[in-house]
Amino acid sequence: MNEQIVIPENEQYQELREFIAEHKNSKGALLNVLYKAQSLFGYLPREVQYFISRELHVPPSQILGVITFYHFFRTQPVGKYVINLCLGTACHVKGAADVLKAVCKELKIDVGETTEDRLFTLSTARCFGACGLAPTMMVNEEIYGRLTPLKVVNVIKGIRERELDR
Amino acid sequence: MRLARSHVLVSIDIESVASGAWEVLKRLKEEISRRGLLEEIKVLETGTLGVTGLGVVLAVYPERIYYGKVKPEDCPRIVEEHFLKGRPVQDLIIKEEVVRAVRRDLIGPMREQKRVVLENSGIIDPEKIEEYLARDGYTALEKALSLTPDEVIAEVKKSGLRGRGGAGFPTGIKWEGARKASAMEKFIICNADEGEPGTFKDRLILEGDPHKLIEGLIIAGYAVGARKGYIYIRGEYALSLHRMHKAIEDARKYGLLGEDILGSGFSFNLEIKEGAGAYVCGEETALMESLEGKRGNPRIKPPYPTVVGLFGSPTVINNVETLANIPAIIRKGADWFRTMGTESCPGTKVYTILGDVNFPGLIEVEMGTTLYEIIFGYGGGIKGGKKFKAALVGGAAGVFLPESLLNVRMDFDNLKQYKAVLGSGAILVMSQEASIPKMLHSVLYFFRHESCGQCSPCRSGTRELYRISGHLLERKGKAEDLNTMVKLSEALWYSSLCPLGQSLIMPVKSALENFREEFLPLVQ
Repeated sequence: MNEQIVIPENEQYQELREFIAEHKNSKGALLNVLYKAQSLFGYLPREVQYFISRELHVPPSQILGVITFYHFFRTQPVGKYVINLCLGTACHVKGAADVLKAVCKELKIDVGETTEDRLFTLSTARCFGACGLAPTMMVNEEIYGRLTPLKVVNVIKGIRERELDR
Repeated sequence: MRLARSHVLVSIDIESVASGAWEVLKRLKEEISRRGLLEEIKVLETGTLGVTGLGVVLAVYPERIYYGKVKPEDCPRIVEEHFLKGRPVQDLIIKEEVVRAVRRDLIGPMREQKRVVLENSGIIDPEKIEEYLARDGYTALEKALSLTPDEVIAEVKKSGLRGRGGAGFPTGIKWEGARKASAMEKFIICNADEGEPGTFKDRLILEGDPHKLIEGLIIAGYAVGARKGYIYIRGEYALSLHRMHKAIEDARKYGLLGEDILGSGFSFNLEIKEGAGAYVCGEETALMESLEGKRGNPRIKPPYPTVVGLFGSPTVINNVETLANIPAIIRKGADWFRTMGTESCPGTKVYTILGDVNFPGLIEVEMGTTLYEIIFGYGGGIKGGKKFKAALVGGAAGVFLPESLLNVRMDFDNLKQYKAVLGSGAILVMSQEASIPKMLHSVLYFFRHESCGQCSPCRSGTRELYRISGHLLERKGKAEDLNTMVKLSEALWYSSLCPLGQSLIMPVKSALENFREEFLPLVQ
């Protein structure tokens, strides 16, 4: 690959550099560093991966391998609200598939995509361990339970309205 | 300190928080203070009260009244009517039978639950180490440190405790293996990457009684000769992560973690690692890869972790529920532990009952309790008076059990006779209206999605099984497809690297064998 990766110098990179320096010598630091980086940048673009590679002395291929292995890490920017709909067995029994359809229709996107206004990203998850509320979803950190196609559309509309008011 | 007239326990767990528990707690405290009852009514945060699906749950003692679906706006009414005037708010009270189903240990011996690992859950404030100490907390550690490590292992071996993560391997033998391995460094890992769909037993221990787990881990460390332990918690469990961090900090302040614990000369430290969302990381060797900061690809066994584990050192890796049994075994002795459960599987087991039952929730009962008792006794039978069709026992990697097997006594060995497993203890109940082919399809989707892709039988096999099952549902299947599915799952059993691929045989075979009549119309 001949592509030149330019890494900008800014506060976020500075903070990441310090974090890496602090954790460099602890065994198995890569996951912690990736967590930190994603919390700083929102996702893990190529520049960040190369930066980590250089600072942590880990080959970029290994970093990408780890990122793509775990559901949590993202290489694309996401919307302001990440909707994680549970498709675990208990939620499935309680009609998660219909809820998913309703979300796709309302947002006009598929699983893994982000709406054009960058407000929502849709993804699916396995169990959150909140099966008593099935079917469930998480919007960023917040759990919503006992969803129906109607209810989920109202949640999305509610978020949209709140955003418009800002 | 004045004694309070009543105590209100507010259940703070994922479910209740999603239903607005923090708001209720705040409003409740405001109202109590507004009415000048601060001295008389004590409000306590606790882990789950075991009632599921009823929103924010409050328990009031000594009256033993449970309120459900409580909203902030109900608080003035509860405070005024109940606490001031002594008239419980009838319309919010949870039906006696529901509470009995989940809390028989507290409400009366209609059908008793034996609580060992959940003895404090829903009773103490998990964020206060003093409350754990007041309930004999850390006395088992003190006792263990007065014994030799070999004596501790002997006691655990004698208790017959078997791993509660699913495989049922004897815990004492695992510990002994790691103890005998010679190495500079050894590790203890607590597997809290609870990812089996429909399972949340470990979460309730992490959220409800974190110190019990820490105590179990320190004892394990002492027995094995490890100075360092890790707790690998899945990232989705935000509250568990918060409470465990708090608990470790508090234990350190009390000198229960760190250098020279309780003056014994034994030093032990704990670190929490957050998972990043991969089902396969619940497999022990994959979990260790992940702890090392790598892709969570399972390793080839042998060598087993007790010989070559984390960072190449001998490692014991135990499930949360297993470790939570340790303090009671050390404190009360192996003989006491053996009075519960069956001969080959002593002790209790925590189950989560979900699906089409009247009282979904979590119970801890003796090993050997029948499936019928669990579903119809504790679970309150099938919702809406419908007929029972099947129970998926053990999570997604579990077995579809038909009505004819309802009387099976649930323990590791008994279930094996019926080619079933206890697994994670998840019991998903399906009524006559559920479709087994659709359910199986959902299970296969899950496996296809979670296969890590390292070994080809699992990578291709899970896809192929999902494809065939989709064909069946679209009625494009052929008669031989049913046999192909069974053969494929058998091939995965023989050739996959880790239990993820190997365990597919259970849902596939049990669905196709026990409920064949539901698949036949799809291929005609």
